[in-house]
Amino acid sequence: MINAAIIGPGNIGTDLMYKAKRSKWINPVWSVGIVEASDGLARARAEGIQTTHRGIDGLLEHIERDDIKIVFDATSAKVHHRHNELLQPFGVKVIDLTPASIGPYLIPPVNLGANLDAPNVNMVSCGGQATIPMVYAVSRVQPVEYGEIVATVASKSIGPGTRHNIDEFTRTTRAGVEQVGGAKRGKAIIIINPAEPPIIMRDTIHCLTVDEPDRGRITESIYEMVADVQRYVPGYVLKNGPVFDGNRVSVWMEVAGLGDYLPKYAGNLDIMTSAALRTAEMLAEAMQ
Amino acid sequence: MSQRIEIHDMSLRDGMHPKRHQISVDQMVAVAMALDEAGVPLIEVTHGDGLGGASVNYGFPAHSDEEYLRAVCPRMGQARISALTLPGIGTVDDLKMAVDCGVRVIRVATHCTEADVSGQHIGMARELGVETVGFLMMAHMVTPEELTRQAKMMEEFGAQWIYATDSAGWMLPEHVSERIAALRAGLRPETAIGFHGHHNLSMGVANSLAAIDAGATRIDTSAAGLGAGAGNTPTEVLVAVLDRMGIDCGIDLFKVMDVAEDLVVPMMDTAVRIDRDALTLGYAGVYSSFLLFAQRAAEKYGLSSRDILVEMGRLKTVGGQEDLIDSVAMDMARAKGHTLL
Repeated sequence: MINAAIIGPGNIGTDLMYKAKRSKWINPVWSVGIVEASDGLARARAEGIQTTHRGIDGLLEHIERDDIKIVFDATSAKVHHRHNELLQPFGVKVIDLTPASIGPYLIPPVNLGANLDAPNVNMVSCGGQATIPMVYAVSRVQPVEYGEIVATVASKSIGPGTRHNIDEFTRTTRAGVEQVGGAKRGKAIIIINPAEPPIIMRDTIHCLTVDEPDRGRITESIYEMVADVQRYVPGYVLKNGPVFDGNRVSVWMEVAGLGDYLPKYAGNLDIMTSAALRTAEMLAEAMQ
Repeated sequence: MSQRIEIHDMSLRDGMHPKRHQISVDQMVAVAMALDEAGVPLIEVTHGDGLGGASVNYGFPAHSDEEYLRAVCPRMGQARISALTLPGIGTVDDLKMAVDCGVRVIRVATHCTEADVSGQHIGMARELGVETVGFLMMAHMVTPEELTRQAKMMEEFGAQWIYATDSAGWMLPEHVSERIAALRAGLRPETAIGFHGHHNLSMGVANSLAAIDAGATRIDTSAAGLGAGAGNTPTEVLVAVLDRMGIDCGIDLFKVMDVAEDLVVPMMDTAVRIDRDALTLGYAGVYSSFLLFAQRAAEKYGLSSRDILVEMGRLKTVGGQEDLIDSVAMDMARAKGHTLL
């Protein structure tokens, strides 16, 4: 087991903590917050995890003593830059769940193997984790001129960080569609739906291929990729498609979570935390 | 009543929906110049789904937002050009581009319960020094109290105007009255209030009058009604009615009638009217721009477009969820035993 710390005990950090507790590779030993009475830190303590409310400073002194090798950061892009600077001298692997984008974008079934040596990796965005595998499933068959994704999430699953800087989602996800998905040009759209009961995350992916799409090979590639993602997100379901229309390839996904912290509708939360944990497990395996 | 009402024409933005975003630059310029000449003080020019709406999901326009805006803005005399943006679709970079082109009013639209995603865009519009409007869509889906709570967030971010937007054309005059009255009572006196209607239940003019009576001072309309669903409140009709009521809106009635009749009606691909599907939008409370998407999906999968729209309403979809229409249609076709290719 490799020891890990989680900074930021909000929705993402807390969901990640529950998932990490079940991991065969990762042992979450510290949870780091800034509010002593926060629900996230209380939940961590209830799971037998050491906590500090002194932020990153409260963690640094324990990194060597508790043999922490991996640190997840689920705070915000702004503070992640400082966290990363303070953490790197310890030689830990930093998994960034904020949109800071210091390290390479990482989508586990696409480019995890190629980034095992990176000191810092970035998990793009929830919408990116849900859609970039599908863009890549098309682009690995033939060149994609344009990739567009629409992520629709339940209002209750979107926290204040994303709401205050919604452009960060569209920009980061678009960049991921291009850099990891392999589309020459990308576009990302996010829609927030307040329906009660909350809707399960939906994602629509459209790719425009340069030449006429090879229907058979693209369909096979998409099915394979769905199965790859399902290994760490069982609720990742192909609802419809691929539909071919001229050079357009369209796929409709639904992403249900495991309901570890937020209920199952918040598949956007799960796909982020599951991808981060999957990444950590691969890093842990490589360390041993 | 002796108050002054400002008319904001939507034919070149909401009108992009029935035109599948294919209005030409020449048409944009001709209509905008004629509306300017008729005295219409505000004209919106953007992709139907706002800045950055160009996409597979909403439709690629004939020209980019920038091409339209660069062609139209410099030709305006008294009229100001506005641009719409939906956070989650358009970014602050799009706002900067629009203002650089000469846009003088930015309207930031969110679903009526999600005003807290508008802070970044409202803040940037204010920073750019343009008039800033908060635009609460599908306002029929929440109570007047909740709408006001959301409006206050936009006001706090810096919005100088707040709109109650009847995107589905579902509201009856009493629904408009109670929402506008709640906004008027709850917002700062210096924050002005507007209303945007759709004509799906033939309530465009009646709802606009209810809004004015309750304290709105700006009304969205569209020449010849060119807009999503059964269109918006027709500009020329509201101008005529306001004239009869002795309310000044500074527009030459005969000139604006001629814009509608001579320029806008000939642009229409099909008549924008309360057909079966548009009526269904208003009746079931569904986002008006779903209309053509549902009709295309119905044809593709052998279904009734009315059934698709009703299902979209049942699923409590919000503005922007056009992407779901094909998927819902495929689910419905499969349930009917149709074979999907």
